[in-house]
Amino acid sequence: MSIPISYYLVLSAVLFGLGVVAFVFKRNIITIFMSIELMLNAVNLAFVAFARAHNQLDGLVFVFFVIVVAAAEAAVGLAIIIMLAQNRQSLNVERVNQLKF
Amino acid sequence: MFILDHLWIILALPLAGAAINGLFGKRWPQTAVNSVAVGSVTLAFLAVAELVREFSQLTPDQIPFVGNYFTWMVAGPFKVDFALQVDQLTVVMLLTVSFVGMLIHVYSTGYMAHEGGYYRFFSYLNLFMFFMLTLVMAANLIVMFVGWEGVGLCSYLLIGFWFLKKSAADAGKKAFIVTRIGDFGFTVGVLLVFATFQSVDFGTIFKSVSQNAPAEAILTTICILLFTGAIGKSAQLPLYVWLPDAMEGPTPVSALIHAATMVTAGVYMVARMNPLFSRAPVAMLVVAIVGAVTAFYSATIGLVQTDIKKVLAYSTVSQLGYMFLACGVGAYATGIFHLMTHAFFKGLLFLAAGSVIHAMGGEQDMMKMGGLRTKIPVTYWTMFIATLAIAGIPGFAGFFSKDAILEAAKSGPNANPVLWLLGVVGAGLTSFYMFRLVFLTFFGKPRYDEHKVHVHESPKNMTVPLIILAFLSIFGGWFAAPKLVGGIDYFEKFLAPVFSAYAPQVAEPAVIIAEPAASPAVELVHALTGWPVIVGVLGLFVAWWFYIKNPDAPKRLAQSVRGLYTLLLNKYYVDEIYAALIVRPLLWISTNVLWHVVDEGAIDGVVNGSARVARESGGELRKLQSGNERSYATWIIIGAVGFTCLLLVLWGKR
Repeated sequence: MSIPISYYLVLSAVLFGLGVVAFVFKRNIITIFMSIELMLNAVNLAFVAFARAHNQLDGLVFVFFVIVVAAAEAAVGLAIIIMLAQNRQSLNVERVNQLKF
Repeated sequence: MFILDHLWIILALPLAGAAINGLFGKRWPQTAVNSVAVGSVTLAFLAVAELVREFSQLTPDQIPFVGNYFTWMVAGPFKVDFALQVDQLTVVMLLTVSFVGMLIHVYSTGYMAHEGGYYRFFSYLNLFMFFMLTLVMAANLIVMFVGWEGVGLCSYLLIGFWFLKKSAADAGKKAFIVTRIGDFGFTVGVLLVFATFQSVDFGTIFKSVSQNAPAEAILTTICILLFTGAIGKSAQLPLYVWLPDAMEGPTPVSALIHAATMVTAGVYMVARMNPLFSRAPVAMLVVAIVGAVTAFYSATIGLVQTDIKKVLAYSTVSQLGYMFLACGVGAYATGIFHLMTHAFFKGLLFLAAGSVIHAMGGEQDMMKMGGLRTKIPVTYWTMFIATLAIAGIPGFAGFFSKDAILEAAKSGPNANPVLWLLGVVGAGLTSFYMFRLVFLTFFGKPRYDEHKVHVHESPKNMTVPLIILAFLSIFGGWFAAPKLVGGIDYFEKFLAPVFSAYAPQVAEPAVIIAEPAASPAVELVHALTGWPVIVGVLGLFVAWWFYIKNPDAPKRLAQSVRGLYTLLLNKYYVDEIYAALIVRPLLWISTNVLWHVVDEGAIDGVVNGSARVARESGGELRKLQSGNERSYATWIIIGAVGFTCLLLVLWGKR
């Protein structure tokens, strides 16, 4: 007897929700970055679960795409974070608010 | 048959003159401007003369001769051709307009010689000739309307020729706006003509009305609406107020436009539309009443004016009234006859008045003239002849036409004794105020400073037109002379085809001729001792008694009837009444309602309001751009959640 798909989906939703909450409430830019990764992986989990439940490969292929995009994002994002840390001597996003009206 | 086949040449000549002078005249010397302006009008007159020669060779069934050049506009059944036509009425008008116009162009080269904007003046004057000739040659109401409005435009431009002078600019505006009131009626009349006859072409309308006349009420409405246009254009009661003010323009303009030609356009139009008017007796009566009352009314104002041009202006209004009286009692040919003789003697009076003003160095007040008889003899003699003509002294042009009008009002088919009486009294007043003008100007002792004013006779190019017009003022009416001895009125006979072709069928053929003809001598004596002649001579003697025999009498008379005198001097306060009843309420509404409420409130409100909404909503919305990354994320999440909920709701319904 296999584990029902709803279990996977609930876990995925909980992880995604945690990611969202962390994204909104955390101030440390690295933590925010990590919360994004958390949300992406929650979605990956949902993809894998659906792929297995429907016995199709589409979801698995999508997961690879997501991992590739996340890797690219990490490369660019970390470079931006390093520049910010050098310029502002801080990782607090509250102090990165120059781009407004 | 060259000109008949190319009627447009007559129009093209003055138009070309106007264009050439208007475009290039500014840098040219006066002689070049002169030769273009006078040359083009002279060529136009020669073309008209050639036209008359060719016209006389046409057979009666070829008249009216129509030249159709191109289709101007088509909209369903509404079709307008650019078409010109020539019949006897057109011929008379063409000759009068082009000949008097030519003389006045020549005169203007002298009168305007020292004025600025010389080329501009002649460009306008040529343009006027173009529009006036279009008006009289038009073969349908729309082309006629083009000429009608065009002459109005030129009138406006020329009244306001000295546009730096506020009174001149105002007078131009007044003329334009007041005639526009009449033109509104005219436009509606033209539309009603089209709605009734499905055509605006004269030939078609007249054929239709004579074969299958619509209800009399419709015809009456059409005629009264068309006549409204004539009231505005020809300065009749109650829209006459613009003409006296139009005297702000240069004097040759007053002579050409505001005496000889343009203001007679209304009379011409009524005569042209005679098949319609003849079938609308009520409208005819209106025309006759307006004409007779105007003739009398403005003659009374003329009695006390002291500005030489104002007297002539009121006189013009009065004489136009006589023309309408003639048309109103069905004597169209007589009305046109008076139109022609009036063009001669009134044109002459204005030109002579211009010569007097020129001699006096710009003075127009007759109270500051006097004794000019010997100093400017040519002007004096020509003006005296014109005065005899307008007063209806036997032998002069005005006698034949005015006598015929009053005769028609007394014993014609639509005779009316009250209108006849108004006409006769008006004729007496005319004679009085015209001789008053002559006596005040040329007789008595000089009332100006002889050391300051250097009185001099005008140059040749001004006096020669005066002499030619004086000649016409004497002999221009002699076409009708045989009638005095029981013969034929050649003028009436010439025009008869125009006015009888579509005349309504009279149940009993009018055999007025059946009256046994008296012997020529008796007829002559009868004509020379009629009331018009008696009042004319009476006017002369009263004026002589007042202004030569007893120069103090006018003042004493004015003292004794002070109320009447002030009333007349202030022109019955009509301008003030119009100002109080129409102009000021309109101004008040414009300022307080249209300006402050509608314009500033509604229109500006909408425009400014939409701008304010955009600006203030932008001002509020930009605060969302806090630069705070987490707030952006929150908005994205709220959006995503909202969108998901929406999708769920929509999917849930399926």
